Amino acid sequence: MKRGMSPINLTVLTLGFAFLYLPIFILIVFSFNESKLVNVWAGFSTKWYGEMAANDALIDAALVTLEVGLVSSTLATILGTMAAVLLTRFGRFRGRTLFAGMVLAPLVMPEVIIGLALLLMFLSLGLSRGTLTVVIAHATFAMAYVTVIVQSRLMSMDRAIEEAAQDLGCPPFRTFLNITLPIIAPAVIAGWLCAFTLSLDDLVIASFTTGPGATTLPMKIYSQVRLGVTPEINAISTLMIGVVTAGVIAASLINRRSHRRQGRADAPPRPA
Amino acid sequence: MNNLSPLSELTERWLRPAVERVPRGLAIGIPYAWLLIFFLAPFAIVLKISFAEPQLAMPPYTSIFEFLNEAGDYFSVELNLGNYLLLIEDDLYWRAYLNSLKIAAISTALALLLGFPMAYAMARAPERWRGPLVMMMILPFWTSFLIRVYAWIGILKGEGLLNGFLQWLGLIDQPLAILNTDIAVYIGIVYSYLPFMVLPLYATLEKMDESLLEAAADLGCRPFKALWKITVPLARPGIIAGSCLVFIPVVGEVVIPDLLGGSETLMIGRTLWSEFFTNRDWPVASAVAIVLLLLLVVPIALFQRHLLVRAEATR
Repeated sequence: MKRGMSPINLTVLTLGFAFLYLPIFILIVFSFNESKLVNVWAGFSTKWYGEMAANDALIDAALVTLEVGLVSSTLATILGTMAAVLLTRFGRFRGRTLFAGMVLAPLVMPEVIIGLALLLMFLSLGLSRGTLTVVIAHATFAMAYVTVIVQSRLMSMDRAIEEAAQDLGCPPFRTFLNITLPIIAPAVIAGWLCAFTLSLDDLVIASFTTGPGATTLPMKIYSQVRLGVTPEINAISTLMIGVVTAGVIAASLINRRSHRRQGRADAPPRPA
Repeated sequence: MNNLSPLSELTERWLRPAVERVPRGLAIGIPYAWLLIFFLAPFAIVLKISFAEPQLAMPPYTSIFEFLNEAGDYFSVELNLGNYLLLIEDDLYWRAYLNSLKIAAISTALALLLGFPMAYAMARAPERWRGPLVMMMILPFWTSFLIRVYAWIGILKGEGLLNGFLQWLGLIDQPLAILNTDIAVYIGIVYSYLPFMVLPLYATLEKMDESLLEAAADLGCRPFKALWKITVPLARPGIIAGSCLVFIPVVGEVVIPDLLGGSETLMIGRTLWSEFFTNRDWPVASAVAIVLLLLLVVPIALFQRHLLVRAEATR
């Protein structure tokens, strides 16, 4: 079979990825611009990063976002992993169709609807709006993503190991902890990271469910962007892009290493 | 089993299975209860409030239930259809719905036109390139949505980079007005949602057996016809999934029309947002949400079926 790429495919990919990356690249470049104008280059400077660091409201918002992200993604990972196990290992329990529908629906539901619905629910429950309500809201919609990621790993893993443990008298819950969880761990971590970035990124659901004193970073950026484009926003954007890129690359390395280890265990060693 | 004492028989037959079932019960119960409380019940409340009337209080809507205890225990429900009538009578709302559907349909088509060749090229790339290419496709999707939309403001505005570049090339004399038009909204949507289209397409195209195309070529089929007769039908699950992943959220999109669109770019998500935050008319916002949900029931069901079919197929 021929290898290498046809010139047409290469052109398509080059143009496509240029379209995807050029705006982000320009944004990063102009965060180091001396001038206040975002479209005229006036020399290299890191002063906007200094201004960003001195902006207390921005730092507070970043801390709120980080707190919400850490708690909600952990909650989403626990709930999503449970949901994935439920869908793949519990057979046909009563109400499975409703459950599958509910767990996957947030993947495609418009955010305005989720945000509005959750806010009205919180008010009916008498919960005061703030960090807690945003955490619950984020956990609920990020749970769907964790479920899909963990579910696909649970379906592809070899069930014979679990069956062997149970045949030898290991109770189901301990089988899950000692056998299943270590095997699906990379998917669980990937799910956590996905939930975390979704939470960091979310503007619409947070705007609906938050209350006084719990302004998240996207809300803060949004209100500044509506007033006008400033290099300070470019600086904070660059920082966020850097953190997320590092996280994604780390996650993919973890995933690849675990795959390779698994590959070694499954396949006979290849001659070098 | 006969020599067991009654106590141990009780333990063996009833207690132990019951205790062992506790984790199973909890495993089903916790996520189930969570979703019932925080996903299903909220929609019932939205439905309820869509029948209420706004009032100047907190919460800013009237109750539709009435309990009259003095005249016995009787309970009445008053459904106020006024909010739904408003959606029909005021053409702002149905124009916003129609425009959202139109913008979503056109941008889904554009994303498919742009995404299909990319997914195809990725699936035909040498194997060792595919992992990094998928990674490159996923990476912008992990980057903040808001930031990616923001990046386009600096490019598209009157004295922005795109106009500067076109003027430098000598293609235009006057800056083009792109920002705050529907064109900017289309660019922003296609840009933001492209990975959602490419990744499902790639997943189906990558599994495709290339020898089918070779067989078609051997039998004298032209490449373009083979693409249309073989590749596209085989990629159908990916096309459906990708289109749903773009179309459904775009119908309810708020941020892109708000930042890139003009004041005349009507989209229903934006209308709902301003009903809620600016006008503080929660009952109308709820009615807008219910109608939006009804419009999206068919594509959402289509997408869910796709996910479930795929899940059952890999079992």
